[in-house]
Amino acid sequence: MGKPALSLSDHALDNLSYIRSAMERASSFTAVPGAGGIGMGLTALGAAVLASGPVSREAWLTIWIAAAVVAGAIGGVAMVHKARRSRVSLLAEPGRKFALSFAPPLLVGAVLTLPVFLTGNLQLLAAMWLLLYGVAILAGSSHSAVVVPAMGASFLVLGLVTLVCPAAWRDLTLAAGFGGLHILFGWLIYRRYGG
Amino acid sequence: MARSNAARNLAPGSQDVKLASVRKDIPRLDRLIHERLRLGIVSALAASRVLTFSELKHLLDTTDGNLSVHARKLEEAGYIECAKAFEGRIPRSTYSLTSAGRRALERYLEHMEALVRAMKEPE
Repeated sequence: MGKPALSLSDHALDNLSYIRSAMERASSFTAVPGAGGIGMGLTALGAAVLASGPVSREAWLTIWIAAAVVAGAIGGVAMVHKARRSRVSLLAEPGRKFALSFAPPLLVGAVLTLPVFLTGNLQLLAAMWLLLYGVAILAGSSHSAVVVPAMGASFLVLGLVTLVCPAAWRDLTLAAGFGGLHILFGWLIYRRYGG
Repeated sequence: MARSNAARNLAPGSQDVKLASVRKDIPRLDRLIHERLRLGIVSALAASRVLTFSELKHLLDTTDGNLSVHARKLEEAGYIECAKAFEGRIPRSTYSLTSAGRRALERYLEHMEALVRAMKEPE
């Protein structure tokens, strides 16, 4: 009489695990493109190499802004490509929700860049970029795969580290964040979440 | 020996008593969402508010025919809603969970959890 009882329990557990997995897969839908993330990361690594050389402060800012524009374009194209491949409209609920939450912190970052740059504190500028980017990802990823908010949190941690580390490390932490984290999480998203 | 086994099986909390109590509840199980694919549709829609037909098909790894049959059954029961629209010239169906569907899933989850708990309680 023990066997049927166990199989009923196993069946219930199996059902619960199926429900959990279906919910995870559904909430794991992310328009965030892994391949695009890798491309963005490589762009940032290139920028870090250039910016850490003997360049003026203005050139340093220009390099990082140019890298942001290139990375943004790569991310945008990759996102559209991924959405098309998944036959999902970016204007549908998940994509719209992501964009509406993701954009405001980035906008704040763009607005504050010049005033902070004019203070001459480039370390603070680097920390602000990392922190606001982390906030943008966290805000936009409330319905994304767990890997996306994890990436946002990692950017926040790195932003805090940048605030307290020696000023000379700013390109290193920017490279670790916009380069390393993008490549690492981009790879994870690419492998696990459909490109 | 036979008598002592029988006595143990009838003791409160024994596997047989638990099994009998669980089996008594089985007719109350929502058969509509007990079916695998329908359970998957309802669960996916509970996690992601709106999903297109293609997304559901991809998520649940099923065929067009199978998905439409089961989605229609859930729709007829009032558990999910389907909105049809055109994106350019391509028809697009989006599904969402109704409050009746969410309650049904909650009841089903409670039922499954109760079943697991009943089976795991020490004798």
